[in-house]
Amino acid sequence: MSAEGVGARLPRKEDERLMRGRGLFVGDIRLPGMRDVAFVRSPLAHARIRGIRVPEAFRDRVFTAADLDGVQPIRAVSGLPGFKVSEQPVLASGKVRQVGELVAMCVGETRAEAEDVAASVVLDLEELPAVHDMLAAREPGSALVHEHWGDNVFLETLVDVDIASAFDAPIKVSRTISTGRQCMAPIEGRGTVVQLDHRLDQLVVHTASQMPHIVRNGLSECLGLEQGRIRIVSPDVGGGFGYKAILLAEDVALCWLALRCGHPVRWLEDRREHLTANANCREHHYRITAYAERDGTLRGIDCEAVVDSGAYSAYPFSACLEAAQVASILPGPYDFPAYRCRTWSVATNKCPILPYRGVARTGVCFALELVLDAVAREAGIAPEVVREKNLVRPAQMPFENITKKHFDSGDYPRALARALAAIDAEAVRARQRGGEPDGRRIGLGLAVYCEQAAHGTSVYSGWGIPMVPGHEQASARLTPDGGLELRIGAHSHGQGLETTLAQVAHEILGVPVARTRLVHGDTAMSPYSTGSWGSRVMVMAGGAVAAACETLRARAIRIGAHLLQARPDECRFEAGHVVGPSGDVPLEAIARTWYRRPQDLAPDVDPGGLDVTAGYKPVRDSGTFSYAAHAAVVAVDPDLGAVEILDYVIVEDGGTLVNPLVVDGQIYGGLAQGVGTALYEEMRFDARGQPLASTLADYLLPGAAEVPMARIDHMVTPSPYTRFGQKGIGEGGAIAPPAALANAINDALAGLGVEMLHSPVTPRRIVEAVLAARAAPARARAAA
Amino acid sequence: MKPAAFAWERPASLDALLDRVAQAEGHVKLIAGGQSLGPMLALRLVEPDLVLDITGVPELRQARVEGDVLVLGACVTHADIEDGRVPDLTGGALQRVAAAIAYRPVRNRGTIGGSLVHADPAADWVSALIALGAEIDLASREGRRRLPVERFVTGALDVALRPGEILLGVRVPARPAGTAWGYVKHCAKIGEFAHAIGAVRLDPAAGTGRAVIGALEGPPLLFADARPLFGGRIGPDFAARFDGQAADAALLSAGLADAVARHVHVTVLARAVAQAAAPSPLPLPEAA
Repeated sequence: MSAEGVGARLPRKEDERLMRGRGLFVGDIRLPGMRDVAFVRSPLAHARIRGIRVPEAFRDRVFTAADLDGVQPIRAVSGLPGFKVSEQPVLASGKVRQVGELVAMCVGETRAEAEDVAASVVLDLEELPAVHDMLAAREPGSALVHEHWGDNVFLETLVDVDIASAFDAPIKVSRTISTGRQCMAPIEGRGTVVQLDHRLDQLVVHTASQMPHIVRNGLSECLGLEQGRIRIVSPDVGGGFGYKAILLAEDVALCWLALRCGHPVRWLEDRREHLTANANCREHHYRITAYAERDGTLRGIDCEAVVDSGAYSAYPFSACLEAAQVASILPGPYDFPAYRCRTWSVATNKCPILPYRGVARTGVCFALELVLDAVAREAGIAPEVVREKNLVRPAQMPFENITKKHFDSGDYPRALARALAAIDAEAVRARQRGGEPDGRRIGLGLAVYCEQAAHGTSVYSGWGIPMVPGHEQASARLTPDGGLELRIGAHSHGQGLETTLAQVAHEILGVPVARTRLVHGDTAMSPYSTGSWGSRVMVMAGGAVAAACETLRARAIRIGAHLLQARPDECRFEAGHVVGPSGDVPLEAIARTWYRRPQDLAPDVDPGGLDVTAGYKPVRDSGTFSYAAHAAVVAVDPDLGAVEILDYVIVEDGGTLVNPLVVDGQIYGGLAQGVGTALYEEMRFDARGQPLASTLADYLLPGAAEVPMARIDHMVTPSPYTRFGQKGIGEGGAIAPPAALANAINDALAGLGVEMLHSPVTPRRIVEAVLAARAAPARARAAA
Repeated sequence: MKPAAFAWERPASLDALLDRVAQAEGHVKLIAGGQSLGPMLALRLVEPDLVLDITGVPELRQARVEGDVLVLGACVTHADIEDGRVPDLTGGALQRVAAAIAYRPVRNRGTIGGSLVHADPAADWVSALIALGAEIDLASREGRRRLPVERFVTGALDVALRPGEILLGVRVPARPAGTAWGYVKHCAKIGEFAHAIGAVRLDPAAGTGRAVIGALEGPPLLFADARPLFGGRIGPDFAARFDGQAADAALLSAGLADAVARHVHVTVLARAVAQAAAPSPLPLPEAA
């Protein structure tokens, strides 16, 4: 390993500008003549629109559905059988189906003025019963979000692998487990600035996006514009987490407006819009039964899972990704012989559910790991024993699990053992037996998960959604002075790709990381890509950059050999130099020769020169499997419900780590979000479908004081299928914490007869459960 | 969200401020630190015609000791108190409360007067100052008057401020040696508005004391005579005598039907009592 190549623990290059406040975000863009947009949004969850009254003075500054000639609704269709299609209007017409749905677009010199205009618009709405509860939504007689469907179910799926064979197991544990609805809450919300470039006859759309090329597809379809007339520029992005992998109606509306008005227009999402109108995720409900032997060996898992998909199918991932994924990934890293899972993606009068870091994995990990602990308590064995009995073993690798997921590599039992040792489970349990002087109760919780990442064509073609990843492409170009430019179609917004992809290039070409620049976030300057999602970029763009650099290196060797008056097969490439039998020539000289002294090149030189675009797919595209064991120790105050995280250990295996510092950062960031899911974050709705939090005073995010200083231990089992053995690790940190922390809380409170089965595990819920448990024996005594 | 348009003025003297408050037409709001009003303006929960910035009035920014009373101007910030830039007669009680209000950026700008006038039931000063027996001075062009804080805070976001009247400052009585002080609040996370507040100021030698349960739906529940919470007598053994059921009954008769919330409030008050009996040696914020 060189000091800057694959495996080097380099600080991120991009931090030089980001940490000094010199990044350029959508909100920093100022264009001459730019106007601001504010939207009139539905105040009701479900209503018929009887009229929209616009004051005469503002007739030319307010636009409604009636104005949007030729604009198509957003359609994110899945090819899965039985999927019902929703059409998300850019501006509502006829009906509104969620609070915050766009009804009118208002233009002002400033955002404040645009809001004044919006405040003057009067909506005449006839309120309809709101579908606010996904379980009730499936009952006969429920109000309907989309009347012509006849019910509220986007999609129902069923997987059944011999479940009946498990029914005679001696241990049967059933639980109802659920996860609250959340908002993603990146620091930067959505934002879009659109200008018309008359010279190129092009809409230039500056938008905070994880996937500029997919946004271009979607805008082209909705606006009926050929793709050449749309250029997407995604500048610095202040956190994506899936929220910026979505085509919003706001984006389509802004493009239409720029075409109509001719001047640049801007919409910057504020926190209220973010929380109440757009960024929803995570709401799952499970009825899950585990069948097991008395020693903890699993015989089978039976589950009914419901996901609240909201009002519309979001582009491009669709309304079914979450629930259908539940069925395929619920078994997690465990090997057992019988399985049944039925899922429903249910439409409600809420914001569309969007794929948040970890997507369905956080929910399934919560459901499965909690039920495994329930099995352990029922069998009277330690929770790690249940896991040890059932984790897939290294000798089984590569392993095809019960839902045909192909695990590429790994040693899961070892990760668990290292986590138990690091947290010192014995010491924690001794302390637990001793009791705390302050009356709090100590608990130890475990969770193990696997994270399928960078899965490609063979997986996504089956979903039949508007986006299927194929070969990932990257360009590598030596500049005349010997610097290197890399171009990718994915986007870097916290992943550190400006550094890590330069490390990949350095591994092959020896160009200093400081002299390598990553060009990305612009459809005009990058190859097509489905973008940054699914923890895929280090595998896919990393592989593509390596492939492009290898071709570049081969061409450089030929040029260098000619300069050294040697045959190419006599030369080798070493540390940025072509080394021949009688001397060596640096890459700078080769670049100078190609660009500025072509007279010195051989007559048969490759005319492609030092600019290469290469495509890449892993040996298998079924995905890499990174995984981790999390162990948490908490102290719970049973009278106030306060939870303090005393210790947190993560043993993870991301295969070859291109930059361990960046990987640690990804894990810490994911952990912070996982702590939010576990203990704080919840968007609740009332029976009229009104969101009950509209600021960050009501929607609680963990702060610095709430996130533990986790101890991270890396195992390295290279993936056999990827270029360097790297695995996608972008989401894992956010997957296990809710399960590990809830299990720790349940371990702490088990002696009180309390079991928490809903995330977030809030102080209020804990106190409720503790008081109910204290009352239960009293009631029993009274009855006797 | 951006505020609706409003006029903004910053009077430079108390007379000018009182004149302007008396004469201004339309909806007028006073702003000091703006930590509550700022977001309310941005969310258009209030749309005043005129915002008067009162931080240009020197008297409102001052703090002084008058005998055994500490007088804090309305515009003294939480951070001024936290950092010890104002005198103290409470044995560090004010400082400890101030240090645990919200986050440091809020404490840098937020003021004690603004917090009292806004009267969010979950705010720290509303409960802490009532427990300490503080009074407030009010002024208008018609004259001045003085009220105990518990008579000033009349409800959630509701105070006994008359038209044309402003809050000048807070008068906090000294806490003599031998009086016990406990203040505990319960938040789901650090910096969040409290879900429960318990505060006690007890004088075991005199056998008297005050107790407050705060962060209720309405104004704090004050036990001006706290003896019923201690079986009728406050002595050196007050911690052992604390009667949670008496507090629970008081909450129930005050209309708090939610048994879980009552349990939390009573627990927090019990911990404030315990803290008063065994004060922490360190001047640290106490958050349960």
